[in-house]
Order: sequence, then structure tokens, then C-alpha cells
Amino acid sequence: MDVSQYLGIFIDETRGHLQELNEQILILEKEPENEDTINEIFRAAHSLKGMAGTMGYKRMQRLTHDMENVFSEIRNGKMKATPNLIDLLFRGLDALESYLDIIINTQDEGTEDNQDIIDGLQKVMEEGLGTAVGESPAPSPAATSADPPVQGKHLVLAEHELTAALKAKEEGENIFEITVFVQQSCILKAARAFLVFKALEECGDIIKSVPEVQDIEDEKFDYDFSMVLLTKKSQEEIRTAVMNVSEIRDVVIGPADLAGKKTASAASEMAAETPASTSSEPEKESSVSAPQAAETPAQTAPAGTGAAAAVVAQPQTKQAAKAAAKAAVNRSVRVDIEKLDDLMNLVSELIIAKNGLVSVNGDSEHSLHANSFNEQIEYLERVTTNLHQSVMKVRMVPIESVVNRFPRMIRDLSKKLGKKMDLYMTGEDTELDRTVIDEIGDPLMHLLRNAADHGLESNEERVCLGKPEVGSIFLDAYQEGNNVVIEVRDDGAGINVEKVKQKAIQKGTINEEQAEMMSDKEIIDLLFRPSFSTSEVISDVSGRGVGLDVVKTKIEALGGSIEVRTTLGEGSNFIIRLPLTLAIIQTLMVEIGNEKYAIPLGSIETIEDIALDDVKYVQNKEVINLRSSVIPLIRLDRVLDVEPASEEPVSLTVVIVKKGDKLAGLIVDNLIGQLEIVIKSIGKYINNSKLISGATILGDGEIALILDVNVLVV
Amino acid sequence: MDEKKIEELEKQYIVVKLGSEQYGIDIQYVDNIVRMQRVTRVPKAQPYFKGVINIRGEVIPVMSLRLKFGLEPDEFKNATRILIIKIEPQAAIGMIVDEVKEVITLSEENIDRTSGSNDERSAYLYGVGKQPDGLVSLLNIPAVVVEKEGTI
Repeated sequence: MDVSQYLGIFIDETRGHLQELNEQILILEKEPENEDTINEIFRAAHSLKGMAGTMGYKRMQRLTHDMENVFSEIRNGKMKATPNLIDLLFRGLDALESYLDIIINTQDEGTEDNQDIIDGLQKVMEEGLGTAVGESPAPSPAATSADPPVQGKHLVLAEHELTAALKAKEEGENIFEITVFVQQSCILKAARAFLVFKALEECGDIIKSVPEVQDIEDEKFDYDFSMVLLTKKSQEEIRTAVMNVSEIRDVVIGPADLAGKKTASAASEMAAETPASTSSEPEKESSVSAPQAAETPAQTAPAGTGAAAAVVAQPQTKQAAKAAAKAAVNRSVRVDIEKLDDLMNLVSELIIAKNGLVSVNGDSEHSLHANSFNEQIEYLERVTTNLHQSVMKVRMVPIESVVNRFPRMIRDLSKKLGKKMDLYMTGEDTELDRTVIDEIGDPLMHLLRNAADHGLESNEERVCLGKPEVGSIFLDAYQEGNNVVIEVRDDGAGINVEKVKQKAIQKGTINEEQAEMMSDKEIIDLLFRPSFSTSEVISDVSGRGVGLDVVKTKIEALGGSIEVRTTLGEGSNFIIRLPLTLAIIQTLMVEIGNEKYAIPLGSIETIEDIALDDVKYVQNKEVINLRSSVIPLIRLDRVLDVEPASEEPVSLTVVIVKKGDKLAGLIVDNLIGQLEIVIKSIGKYINNSKLISGATILGDGEIALILDVNVLVV
Repeated sequence: MDEKKIEELEKQYIVVKLGSEQYGIDIQYVDNIVRMQRVTRVPKAQPYFKGVINIRGEVIPVMSLRLKFGLEPDEFKNATRILIIKIEPQAAIGMIVDEVKEVITLSEENIDRTSGSNDERSAYLYGVGKQPDGLVSLLNIPAVVVEKEGTI
């Protein structure tokens, strides 16, 4: 057993606690007297400290310890949450987060002590309490006082264990019966127990434990466990060794009972004495000697200690433990058990559908054969559609996990920029595909910072303009058809189109004539061009090295789009549209020459039949005039090097696609129809200049390539 | 084929034919050998990539070893095969060969390392295996797969 198998849980839970702390401290800042909040904070900090300690992350533990002390004093009403202290606490949280990042990457906490934060905390405490504060006050008085009284247990040895014990006694070793009590607040009991075992094994041989080692590893015990130890060391030395492990409440050591009872009666007594031990069948107890117990497979024990048993996996060999440690760094999704049940049900139905087909095939002489066959196919179709939806749901994560760090960020920005502002979020429960969730954080953060930095005017200006003094930033997420829309809105100054135009001319991005021709919308789109520094355009505050073009690229890489709406003096609104999922999409299948291609339905506007005569030429390029907008044509057969059709047809089939606000007409030879496809990668070796975003396998096993409209439309 | 004699220093190679030449491919890279099948062309790909094929639901790019080595273009015959090569678990690649002949076992002493000759093709070889019935050029598979020339 190795603590690294808990790394995954540790990382997940630490993240949770840190987020919790962030949120609660934000509340505390607004309502310094809120007792519930203080209690929440204290609880989260305490768990955090315990876990860091368990995992052996000393620096992290020390920092949380000091933070916890501060919370403890606040809770006891001896200190007030001053703004200074809140700032310090946030810095502490940031430091903890960076520890966590280092741990995720290297499985080690790094070497940064963050001494200044610790000193700061000490100082605040000294000031707050008016006295010097010792390094280690009782870590958790509340938790300890709730623990039940300490009482040792008597273990009864099986015959072979007795023999071993007697032999050891002859050799002058001490035989101790040890009962260890773990603090009830302990999070990773099994890890603690492991450390105790490790410490004791260094002192001597453990010949028996109750519950068995395996059950202890699986956390199938309450708050105490007992063992018999053969050792040459003294009682006091053993005691010290055990108490060195943190979060151990107490240990009772006494000489073992070597009177030797019969196994059968021993078993019954043992069951009575240790109700906590989940599996103490006499046969197994006597057939397995203690040292081997660790290797024995899990016994068919009842569910054990509920949630704890669910978290800790099945017995693990060293290899499995390593795999678990690696998995911690892997990407994972926490899945609601209900969603899994749905999947299971659907798979059952799939099997029923398959059996139905088999039976239809069986009585083929039956007159209704064709009919029932169709029925079964329809049933199968229904099941696969539902299965698809359920699997998609499993991959869906609420956007909350990304946006919940933003309130804290806006608070920090507000302090840094000296502007008062509030963030209002709605639709945090909107769900998006896991892959999208992972990528969307940075672009959103960038847009929010833009809004805070460039969008909102200073408080004085706002008052002059007759706006509320405190600026507002809105982050709204909602589902719209097969898309999720995220809006980042502010009630600030909006984008000054004239200024952008001047800047663009000055930079040589466009010339004056072009500028005259461009609509406001086109000019605002210039902001998304690379190398177009937003900072100079809207305000004088320095930029941060990433422009809106990065945001745009990222969102387009996710298959989404971004547009801006702005009203001068009233604010701007950045609207992001993202596909619900990336793995399965609706497409229009088209034929070019004799090749089949898929065009994502999301980017298709309309499909038009254009007479050849309607094709006009502008600057030597083919365009069409469709409902009073001029749309450039793209001849896919040329772009894709397909052998052109032998004769020019009388009319062209044009698929009008859009990329953001831009439209383009793709000329195809034939329309096949709408199809839901599963996207497959075509591998990294084949270089296709990005025209192809993937491939899919059609019903007959043939491959169709998926066109990337974002690359086609320039 | 006496399997028992295989020792650690011996490796098995699949011998394939391209025109009149014989090439050996380390068997550990070979995931599968399939018959020639319909290849879907991928526009704007490197010239030696014939396209992609569907192997049990996976889309796998296929390259022509002949084109890669600057030989005459392939003529697809009954003996033409596609070797599915896996260097990394998630990235398979197919290689079209004229014929798959046999599996041979070569020990280290039967392999002559190629010295850096100037021939363009020698970059893709790591040695020559000596066989009773002739020589087999042993392919350095990672070098063949990984794109060196950059984009076209």
C-alpha cells in the first residue's frame, strides 16, 4: 500500500475545498459576521490541512495550519475579518493552488515555503489577539472533544498465531496488543492506518490485526483498529512510534493474552467484540496468516463504511496503485450514478433489440416477416438514439466548474484597477462537453478581464455620465438548440468604432478608402485580427499579451463562433456560441466529383440553386447576388483537386455557409442528404493543410471526409 | 520455423517486396496485414499518402512505400497488401506493399548496420539482414513514418 493511490482523491478534494474557501471568503468579505460562513471556512481549511498532512505535503500543511488558526480565532470571536486579512487569506489560497498545480505535475509539492504569507498570518494574529501566538495551538479542539472514550481491545489469537507468539516470547521478544484510535475528523483513515502499520513494522512483526489488513486498506473500519505485535522494543518506544503519525488520537498498548482459547469460541467472541470489523469468519481468519493477509483478495464483506468504501477502490497491487497515481493526472469526469443507470438500461434494451432481430431471422417463413423486421429496426434505432444522448450526457459537465473562479478574479481586478464592479452570473448549470469545458476557461477569463479593464469606465466617469457608480459585468450561459451560448456583457463605454477605424488606418491594416467602405460591424471585427492591440484602442491600460485574436482562434478551434455587439456609451456584449458536443455532429453529405464530403450543419445557412448566368465576377472572383448580399463562391472541386465534371451544368448547387458573419457559397455537384456522424481523427501523420477536420465512417463502411468551413472561408 | 530457438537477441521481421527489392519490417510494429481495399483520397495531403482506409471502425492513413522511396507508382494486384503499423497506441498508419513474403528471424550478428551512405533511401534503413537466399533491407520504421521534409 502506498499513499500515492490516494493522489487522485486528494487532488479532486483539494480543488473542491479551495473553491469552497474562495467562495466562502468572498462572502466573508461582504458579511464579516456571518457565522455559517466562518464555520464552513473553518471546516474546509481543517480538512485541507488534514489531507495535506496525510499525503506528506509538509509545506502545504504548514500554510493551511496557520490559515486554520486564523479562522479558528475568527470563529471564537477573538478576531475580526479585516480587509487586510482577507487579502492575505486570498494570497494564501493562491499559494495553495500553486502547490496543488505542482503536485499534479510532479507529485511533489515543490520547495516554495511562502514564508511571507505565513509571517503575515502570524502578525495579523498577534495584532488581532494582542498577544504572541504559539506555533502550534491545539489543531482541532472541536473534533477531538467529540471522539468517544479510548478503550483497548482484547484480541484472541488463532492457533498458528499463538505458536508464533510463544516462540517469539521464548526468544525474549515482547508481545503487545495495540489498539490505535484515529481522530474522527481524519479524512484518509486508511492512509493513517497504513502509516501506523509502517511505523510498527519497523519495530517488529505484526502477526494479527483486527480488522484484517485488507479491510483496513479499504477503509472498512470505524475509528480504531487493533493488532498484535512481536517486538524487542519497549512499550514506550512503540507508543512514541505510533503517536508520531498525525491525526492519531490515542493508542492503548498492553501485553497480549496468550492463554489460548479454541478457535471456534474465539471467533464468536471476536465477532462480538469488534462489531466494526466487517469480515471475521473463523475459517478465513485461521487459514490466512497475518503477513499474507495483505495479498489475499477482498473478502465478500458487506458494504462497509458507506461512502468511504465507495471512494477507495478494490484491493490494489503495487501496479494498480501506480496506475491510480497516473490516473490522478489524467482527465476524468465525475459521473452521476443516475446517468450510468440510464446507460445500463439502454444497453439492456439494446440486447433485447438484438434478440428481437435474431428471433425475426429465426422464423423467416412467417408471413409478417418484413413487417416485424422493420419494427425491430425502428426499435433499435430508438435505442441507439437514446444511447447516444445518454453517453453525451455523461460527457457533459456544468459550466459552473469553469466560471466559479471568476467572482474571485473580478474581486481581485476590482482592487487592482481601483474600479468598483460587480459580476452577475446566470446559467452556471448549463452543461457543455468536457473537452469544451477544459478549453473555454481562458477565453472567458480574457473577455471578463477586457470588460473590467477596458469596458467599464472609472467610477468617477460613471457618476458624471449618470450611470450607477458600481460597474456591472454579466456572464450569462444558456442553451440554444444544439448550441450553448455564453454572453460576456458589461455596461461600460462600449467600443468606439471611429477610434478603431483610425487605429486600423494608422496601423496600415486597412487604407482610408477601405475604411469608408466598411460597415461598423466589419470594423469591430478588425479587433479580432492578430497584432491588433485592443488596449491602445479602447483605453490606455496596458494589454496582457493575449489579444482577442487568441480568444477567437480558441473558440473556433472548439467549433464555435464569437461575435460582438456594442453600443457606444452603453456597453459591449461578446457572444460566444459553442457546439454541445464535439464527438457527434449533424452534417450535410455532399458529392464532389465521385467523392463524398460532410459539411457540418451548424455552419450551413441555406442551400441554393443558382443559374449559371447569375454568377457575376468581382475582381476576377466569382460571386452571386443573393437576396441583396454579395456572396463569394468557392469551387470545391478546385480547392480539393477533384477531377472536374466533364461538362458544365446549367445550374449550380450552392451550399451557403457562414463563418461568423461572413458568408460563402460552396459549389457542390450533388446533395446526398442530412446525416448524423461520429467524428474520427484522420491521424497526425497525414498533412492536409487543415481543410479536413476529420473523417467519418458511413453505413456501408466507406469513409467520408469532413470539411472545415472555418478554413475554407477566408 | 522453430519458435523455441528464438532468443532475446533475435528479432522477427516481416519480409515484404517492393518491385524486385526485399524489405524487412520489425514485427513488433505490425498490428495487422490487410488486403488492398478502397482508399479514400485526402485532398492536399503529401503525395505519398494515398488517403485513408477504414479498419474496423478506425480511420487510418495509408502511405505508399513505393512513392515514399521514389519508386514507380503502385500497381494494385492480387498480392498487394496494406501493413498496419502502430508506433504509438493511438496512431496507426498503413503502408502499401507489393507482396508480403514471409516472416524471418534474424539474430544481431546477421545484421549489418548501414553506414551513413548518401542514398536518399538509406535514411529509412537501419541495416541489412543477411539471409541464405539473399539480402533484406531492414526498415527504420519511425524514420519512414515521421515526416521530415516538412510541408509540401
